[in-house]
Amino acid sequence: MAAPSSSNWVMESAHDVPHVLAVDDNLIDRKLVEKLLRNSSCKVTTAENGPRALELLGLTSGGQNSMNGRSKVNLVITDYCMPGMTGYELLKKIKESSVMKEVPVVIMSSENIPTRINKCLEEGAQMFILKPLKQSDVKKLTCQLMN
Amino acid sequence: MDVGQMQRQWIDYTKPLFFEGFLDGQFLQLQQLQDENNPDFVVEVVSLFFEDSERLLKDLTFALDQNVVDFKKVDAHVHQLKGSSSSIGAQRVKNACIAFRNFCEEQNTDACLRCLQQVKQEYCLVKNKLETLFRIEQQIVAAGGSIPTELSFSG
Repeated sequence: MAAPSSSNWVMESAHDVPHVLAVDDNLIDRKLVEKLLRNSSCKVTTAENGPRALELLGLTSGGQNSMNGRSKVNLVITDYCMPGMTGYELLKKIKESSVMKEVPVVIMSSENIPTRINKCLEEGAQMFILKPLKQSDVKKLTCQLMN
Repeated sequence: MDVGQMQRQWIDYTKPLFFEGFLDGQFLQLQQLQDENNPDFVVEVVSLFFEDSERLLKDLTFALDQNVVDFKKVDAHVHQLKGSSSSIGAQRVKNACIAFRNFCEEQNTDACLRCLQQVKQEYCLVKNKLETLFRIEQQIVAAGGSIPTELSFSG
């Protein structure tokens, strides 16, 4: 698994709560990941596709950061299989941006395909998690984020 | 029935759902996410699943009814249904979707139609079972009791 780059993982103060952007086209999965993250004391924003996620991250050509710069995203967790822009393509766009490239991106997928996993890790994904998501997966993730 | 009897009824109803494969461990994950802050979490998620599944099953019926079947579209719908059933622990629905996807790949309309029937059947079964389970839970809560949090499978 790729080692985390330390800079954006350090919370600014002990009271900071990680802000996670969760991206998934499936409504049930969005609800589940949101609850799992909230249970791990994260603030959560959800998006149902890649373009919307980019918009929320302020990475669209309009340049407007819809989250007004104060709610900085500490982690992006995205489904791999999405119509239009895949999670892999979203990962690439984030890693290509100067502003967001240090933000850890986690990919989720229901399919355990080694070439897919390697491709994502090589592109800079922090972690690859198999669906369905469990509390232990999210705890492991948020523990890494807080250290 | 007193609360104790209702709770035993809940246990007696729930255990076979796991033994018969209607539900798997992922459903237990959902139950563990339910707490005082979110006392209706399981019902909420499962209700979303019902709505979403019914829409997908309608779309699948329509897609397979076309003169020229768009198997990519059919597969996309089945993929969604497989994902959501897996996320809530509806194991038999998930497994039926897995089989369905194989026939989409083969572009076999007849086999797909049979799979759709199978998925619909499994969906109806699990829906009935979950609705019954939720009714038992409502009765327990209405009687001032709490839903058992531990299912020991050793009994």
